[in-house]
Amino acid sequence: MNTAKTIELAYYALLREQRGLSSEKRATSAITARELYLELKEEFGFKLQIEDLKVAINGDFADHDGAIHDGDTVVFIPPVTGG
Amino acid sequence: MMFKIFENPLEKMDLQSPFANAEAGGFVSFEGWVRSENEGQQVMALEYEAYAELAEKEGERILIEARDQFDIIEARCGHRVGRLQLGDMAVWVGVSAAHRNDAFQACRYVIDEVKRRVPIWKKEYYKNGDSGWLCPVEGHAHTPPE
Repeated sequence: MNTAKTIELAYYALLREQRGLSSEKRATSAITARELYLELKEEFGFKLQIEDLKVAINGDFADHDGAIHDGDTVVFIPPVTGG
Repeated sequence: MMFKIFENPLEKMDLQSPFANAEAGGFVSFEGWVRSENEGQQVMALEYEAYAELAEKEGERILIEARDQFDIIEARCGHRVGRLQLGDMAVWVGVSAAHRNDAFQACRYVIDEVKRRVPIWKKEYYKNGDSGWLCPVEGHAHTPPE
C-alpha cells in the first residue's frame, strides 16, 4: 500500500517555539496522528509525550489513532493553560 | 451564545450590552485578571496564544452545554490573546438567567471548562528575566496553579 502523503502542520505555543515555525508542509508515510507525532518528536526533539497532547485534524479534535490523509491539516495541541 | 477570541482589550460594557433582556432576573460575570505572582515567581507580563479556529468552536460548545444543563437565557465568553500587562482582563464570562442560582452555576461551569478544554496557552514573563509557557505536565518546568 502506498502511504506517502503530504500534510500541513501548524504549531502553537511550546511546540511552535521548539520547532521554530508556525506551520510547514511535510511529506510523511505515517498512517495515524500518533505515528506522525513520534516521527516529529524524533526529528525535532519535542519533549512532550503524545499522551500529553490532543490532536486536531482539519480544524477539530481527532483521535490519536485517527488516520491522516493527503492534504490534511494536523495540529498537536499542548496542555492548555487559558483563563 | 458566543465565544470569541479578542486581539484587543476586553471592554466589559461592550461584552455586557447584548445581555439586556426583560426576562432576565439576574446577571453573573467572571473576569480573569493578570496577577503579579505565580508559583513564587514575580510576573511582569503575560502572553496568550490561541488556536483561534478550534478555540472558538470548542468555546461555543461549552456555552451550548451550559445552556443545556442550566436554566439560563444567554451566555457569552471572550478571551484575550497577545501581550497583557498586570491587571489586564484576560477572560470574561457573562451569564444571564431568570434566577441567580442557574446564572452562578453556569458561569462557574463555563470558566472551568474553558480552562480545561479550549486551546489557549499562557506564557509568563518574570521579573528575573525568565519566561516560559505554562505546561501542566509532570516533570515539566512550569506548572500553573489551580
